[in-house]
Amino acid sequence: MAPELTPVLSRGWLDSEPWTLAGYQRRDGYTAVKQALRMHPDEVIQLVKDSGLRGRGGAGFPTGMKWGFIPQNDGKPHYLVVNADESEPGTCKDIPFIMANPHELVEGVIIACYAIRASHAFIYVRGEVLHVLRRLQAAVREAYEAGYLGKNVFGTDFDLELTVHAGAGAYICGEETALLDSLEGKRGQPRLRPPFPAIAGLYASPTVVNNVESIGSVPAIIRGGVDWFKGMGSEKSPGFTLYSLSGHVKHPGQYEAPLGITLRELLDYAGGVRPGHRLKFWTPGGSSTPMFTEEHLDTVLDYEGVGAAGSMLGTKALQIFDETTCVVRAVLRWTEFYAHESCGKCTPCREGTYWLVQILKRLEKGEGSEEDLGKLLDLCDNIMGKAFCALGDGATAPITSSIKYFRDEYLEHFERGGCPFDPSLSTAWADSPLSFARTSA
Amino acid sequence: MSNPSDYEHLRKLDGDAAEIISRYPQSGSALLPLLHLVQSEEGYVSPAGIEYCADKLGLSTAEVSAVSTFYTMYKRRPVGDYHVGVCTNTLCAVMGGDAIFARLKEHLGVGNDETTEDGKLTLEHIECNAACDYAPVMTVNWEFMDDMTPDKAVRLVDELRAGKDVLSTRGPALCTFKQAERILAGFEDPREGAVAGGGAAGHASVAGLLVSQGRTPTGPVVTTEASE
Ligand SMILES: Cc1cc2nc3c(=O)[nH]c(=O)nc-3n(C[C@H](O)[C@H](O)[C@H](O)COP(=O)(O)O)c2cc1C
Ligand code: SF4
Ligand code: FES
Repeated sequence: MAPELTPVLSRGWLDSEPWTLAGYQRRDGYTAVKQALRMHPDEVIQLVKDSGLRGRGGAGFPTGMKWGFIPQNDGKPHYLVVNADESEPGTCKDIPFIMANPHELVEGVIIACYAIRASHAFIYVRGEVLHVLRRLQAAVREAYEAGYLGKNVFGTDFDLELTVHAGAGAYICGEETALLDSLEGKRGQPRLRPPFPAIAGLYASPTVVNNVESIGSVPAIIRGGVDWFKGMGSEKSPGFTLYSLSGHVKHPGQYEAPLGITLRELLDYAGGVRPGHRLKFWTPGGSSTPMFTEEHLDTVLDYEGVGAAGSMLGTKALQIFDETTCVVRAVLRWTEFYAHESCGKCTPCREGTYWLVQILKRLEKGEGSEEDLGKLLDLCDNIMGKAFCALGDGATAPITSSIKYFRDEYLEHFERGGCPFDPSLSTAWADSPLSFARTSA
Repeated sequence: MSNPSDYEHLRKLDGDAAEIISRYPQSGSALLPLLHLVQSEEGYVSPAGIEYCADKLGLSTAEVSAVSTFYTMYKRRPVGDYHVGVCTNTLCAVMGGDAIFARLKEHLGVGNDETTEDGKLTLEHIECNAACDYAPVMTVNWEFMDDMTPDKAVRLVDELRAGKDVLSTRGPALCTFKQAERILAGFEDPREGAVAGGGAAGHASVAGLLVSQGRTPTGPVVTTEASE
């Protein structure tokens, strides 16, 4: 039987004005932080460790363990930086979360800062989401006015400043060390690790960088308790999470479910692949995670399950493509994205992504050869594991996985001297024939 | 040293700049918001704006330029009143973003990153904007325009050019590019009701929540596309 959907973060998104302080308080808002402030900071860290919460920004690193790495009594300021850069293609969960319920994130920030003894936190939001900034700016103001931020948070002797910071358009700034450089006012380029941010992060001080959903899940864990949280998902991947379905699905959107649900089950909830079509390929966690096909419909979507099947859970961004989609076109576009977003710091990625685009363009036009496929794989081999940061590795994922599952489709392009697909058939309006004739460009 | 008179017209930003700088433990962190602030006045990162930021933060103009050219939201040429973005990352492209972008280029007579002759609109194809469940997606001044079609896109830009009020699908009435940049610099939207605009969540954001309550997701507002 399919696990039931478990709206926790999304539970209030149909309420009236859930983004306001009053709206959030109607749903037990800011009760978890009061509970946390009565505990010792180390107990809060232990509770998050015990819950087994894993980072929702892509890598799945245990959140409590990350907090525990922050050295104590070191005399340095500590910082929390919330990663709201959400730019991995396919990923679209943090933005609706903040838009509907910014206060739950603010509450998580207060709890996390108390635990790691930070007195200044930052939310680094990608710049291209104006309304998210509006909601966050208003929520932070309300929290200051209520005495939840600033001096003597909730009447305790704990002080906390929270700054909302807008980025300016660069995917690489989602990578945590590039994000820190960007937040310091520099070009966003990854740093050499070690030292890790927990030791030398923002302004060379101990810093925790966590994803929006990771921090946003903490209040619910404190309210519901460790046992409740661990009652969902599996031993190694406990809890609920936001799965984002997009593309050729009847009802695309956010589906909050226990970790370990399968795409088949999620599609059941989402009304299936769009009517009259069948699944061709999909990403389990954004474009940087190797793609899957129909044969993976029953893969358990938790960190272990997806890993065992040869990909990564990543951001749980399930981009669904049906049989009308040309996989070569899809992969070329993603590769162009990586080439555009490569920060230029290391040669394998800077040069490699450029050449990947050149070869893929040729292949898509039907001017390539089987030899080119070999070259693509060689290039990927020279990037994977040799690039300075995970952007380079991610760039190879769509290419190697698509060649593995759809080699024949690549071959067909140059056998026919062009793309065998009609792109107008993949569009959102393709199955509404009247409009189709006029809207196709 | 730069000549202060080069940015005399930006002096009115001094109070805002000081407020931004005060939000950070180290002043260097204020550079990105200050560049947004410059765009809120100039409509792009002007040479004067670069000098202004450099002087405010004790940086060289070369350092400021190196940063501003790294980020795509900082523009080297003036942007129109409305920055119109079309997502052409894979998912949106496949769902129709490519067709929308082609149609708009033709309709507006401009190429990528170009501004219409009347100076009103700047068209650009953009990367995934974290709205894939509303594909194909557009943005105007970084405000969501969800579930687009080529016809809707043409209507949208025509209304913008005609000076009509246009609502974002998940936000308030669209403001100008310069007003948007002021919010990006860290200042709240002064318009009454702006925060509440667009409601709690769009149809796709609540799809799973509706299903969990035994209800059916509503899908996008039905377009009149087919009957036009
Ligand atoms: C190229 C690249 C882009 C990334 N983008 C994001 C992002 O937008 N948001 C995010 O939370 N993590 C992103 N990450 C992962 C972060 O580096 C980091 O692992 C994460 O923010 C840690 O938070 P978590 O432990 O709560 O998951 C990105 C990583 C890479 C390599
Ligand atoms: S892998 Fe790419 S993005 Fe990462 S440091 Fe190297 S050039 Fe920059
Ligand atoms: S691909 Fe267009 S918003 Fe994500």
